Amino acid sequence: MNCSDFLKELTDYLDDSIDARTRTELEEHLQWCHNCFVICNTTKKTIEIYRDSQLYELPDDLRTRLRSAIMTKCQHQKKA
Amino acid sequence: MGAIQKLDEPISEELKLVRAAKAGDIGAFEQLVHRYDRNVFRIAQHITQNREDAEDVVQDAFLKAYENLKNFQEQSKFYTWLVRIAVNEALMRLRRRRPERMVSLDEEVKTDEDSMPREVADWSPNPEQQYTQAELRDILTKTIQGLPSSFRTVFVLRDVEGLSTEETASALDLSIPAVKSRLLRARLQLRERLNKYFKRRKGGDGKK
Repeated sequence: MNCSDFLKELTDYLDDSIDARTRTELEEHLQWCHNCFVICNTTKKTIEIYRDSQLYELPDDLRTRLRSAIMTKCQHQKKA
Repeated sequence: MGAIQKLDEPISEELKLVRAAKAGDIGAFEQLVHRYDRNVFRIAQHITQNREDAEDVVQDAFLKAYENLKNFQEQSKFYTWLVRIAVNEALMRLRRRRPERMVSLDEEVKTDEDSMPREVADWSPNPEQQYTQAELRDILTKTIQGLPSSFRTVFVLRDVEGLSTEETASALDLSIPAVKSRLLRARLQLRERLNKYFKRRKGGDGKK
């Protein structure tokens, strides 16, 4: 397995959706290839940072306002 | 993310609410809104990159879902169906704001080279802790906004909202290989762009 093969499998590897044999090959590659090791770790960290980032949280007051607008429109729709 | 139902549940709480709403129980629909409004808002903000548009998307997506509830066949989860509606609404608004650039999920994306790692540098331990919350939010927002919309959308659904590859494919009407390929490119491009903020400084302890 070379670095380009490793990159192709990276998404499935990080998502834990590869067969045991490919996983073993990838992990062997990681043992000697420092670049792929770093790329793998930093990509994993990228995903974690975004997952935990709480970007674009819906503020409570806006949430209440939106829900009320939605339900008013749904009521109208129901009556129509 | 925790609100997403598992497919193998006998009859999910979500499906009970959907069936009640279909039968005319508007309170049940309100519970569905309460369950997913934050997710829809987040997805809409990521795609449109505009707060006003995102607010409109939330309203229009739920209203459209309510109007078309009888057509929902229950073959997928309600949430996946709702996300599909919301993504379409969001892309429509993005196209309106940026008519000069065609925006499509099917756009031909020739950015293989953009996705190839150019800089391989290890990051500081807990690199996000080098920044205040506001600075970090700013870095993450700017970085993800730089991605093509087709990559950004797949990344947000898969990695931020936690949809499975199959659910993402279904919500975006893409094949599974297309989702995987865009996800890989999105992840690698984000990693590359975050490098300049997070890489370990020579001789330093990782602090700015």
